[in-house]
Amino acid sequence: MNTIPTFASMDPEAGLKKALGLSRPDIIAEISASGLKGRGGAGFPTAVKWNFAASAKADRKYIICNADEGEPGTFKDRVILQDHADLVFEGMTIAAKAVGAKEGILFLRGEYTYLRPHLEAVLAKRREKKLLGKDVLGANLEFDIRIFMGAGAYICGEETALIECLEGFRGEPRNRPPFPVNTGFLDRPSVVNNVETLAWAACILQQGADWFKSKGTEKSTGIKIFSISGDCKCPGVYEFPMGITVAELLSKVGGENARAVQIGGASGQCIPASEFSRSIAFEDIPTGGSVIVFGPHRDMLDVLHNFLEFFVDESCGQCTPCRLGNRKLLEGVEMLKAGTCSMAYLRELCALGESMQLSSKCGLGQSSPCAFLSVVKNFRDELMGRTTSLTHA
Amino acid sequence: MLMTERDRVTGEIKSLADKLGHNRTSMVPILQDVKRKYHQIDSFAMQVIADELGIHPVEVYSVASFYSFLGEHIQGKFVIRLCRTISCDMQDKDRVARQLENDLGITFGETTADGKFTLEWANCMGMCDQGPAMLVNDRVFAKVTPERVHEILQECRSAFGQHATERKEVHLV
Repeated sequence: MNTIPTFASMDPEAGLKKALGLSRPDIIAEISASGLKGRGGAGFPTAVKWNFAASAKADRKYIICNADEGEPGTFKDRVILQDHADLVFEGMTIAAKAVGAKEGILFLRGEYTYLRPHLEAVLAKRREKKLLGKDVLGANLEFDIRIFMGAGAYICGEETALIECLEGFRGEPRNRPPFPVNTGFLDRPSVVNNVETLAWAACILQQGADWFKSKGTEKSTGIKIFSISGDCKCPGVYEFPMGITVAELLSKVGGENARAVQIGGASGQCIPASEFSRSIAFEDIPTGGSVIVFGPHRDMLDVLHNFLEFFVDESCGQCTPCRLGNRKLLEGVEMLKAGTCSMAYLRELCALGESMQLSSKCGLGQSSPCAFLSVVKNFRDELMGRTTSLTHA
Repeated sequence: MLMTERDRVTGEIKSLADKLGHNRTSMVPILQDVKRKYHQIDSFAMQVIADELGIHPVEVYSVASFYSFLGEHIQGKFVIRLCRTISCDMQDKDRVARQLENDLGITFGETTADGKFTLEWANCMGMCDQGPAMLVNDRVFAKVTPERVHEILQECRSAFGQHATERKEVHLV
């Protein structure tokens, strides 16, 4: 129902065959030329990551595919794994060749346990076809992939927390540096890439860097897979070139009358209708692919309340700004909803949000106040002095 | 716990640790296995795991209590997790939640007296385009309506009656 046309048009195995014929630096050069950036949302150049891991010296290296897709409103990885798992595993094998790794781990979130039998079957088939194993396609490459199930923690989408979970610890993010490319799983160099990034890497090897660069903008090349949900006529998974404006995207999914759009999930930004001409790309509004559309009747405080409950629940509790800050913001939203928040206190809350962005240890606490701050900035006239909950005609 | 049951738990954890390795990287898979089979991770199991991995049991407790799919508390044979995050919330998850509570006679976070059902909230489970979504053990249900709740629960009850014993894992379809 939701297949992704570009991925479906790919020739199975062609990318891997090409990569096996290339030297390691050439593979990384091809990825580098394409300008592929991490599709999980952070937008770190994939080639740079691979290069760091490739140049690190160690007895073992790991390729980890981050399928701990927990960001509210994101479900593209589920669809990619359901329909195009081969492409993801191919991308992992290419990364293994580029970096010199022998072991791959697919970190699958616990909520997607139902995908596991399918993925194990795909892996078994690949082993049968000699696409994985001791001697991949007779090209002197040893690589195999195993599946590791997550246990229901949003924070494990953060790469160092994911590694902590793999190692059997609480999923609490580590200080960075050192980065996983040097000191990752079991202190060995590890490449942690999003599902979509690896699938694109396989496509790039097959079709070439120029093909990939022909779409998107100069700084954000290529196509992006979007997960679109909320108040629109046709929610689902879409592929659009990077740099698409919010308005264009909304017209394609039947959400033209939206009053706001949350881009990048709960930790992303809330874009009001007046800014729908902005474009979705790493240089303007970065995203991991989550787009949640809010129709004209939505109360933004309800939305914010939901997001903050989420963060209070999912904060790992390791650092104070995030553990307590999110609670305070949630209480603040409850006060706003009840109409008992003074302007001075709202200002305090905004200052708290900014402190959290600066002082939290990992991406969760640094980005959780974004939604609060952008709603306060863009919907200020709806927040103060409430007597009942707002309903828009 | 009966002595025989203790022996069984110990044996199972030991053989799993032999398979996966007696080190910390086996921790989460072992905990997942124990939780799946016994619907809880009690202090005895934690002690055995600690012994097998060569660490203090409080380390095992610390990990088990961190993850929402693990945890020491006992759960029913069917764990129902309803998604409460924004997209499902906007698609009327509250009505489904109310109906689940009505049909089961418990509130969220509780387990039915017969030990069959546990009702929990879950954060975004990646079915935002087909909400409201819920998981029953590992199976996902999309576009759940309050009317369908009864039917889903009934399916669980009949699966339980036919196949499940205390030890056997319960699967739908």
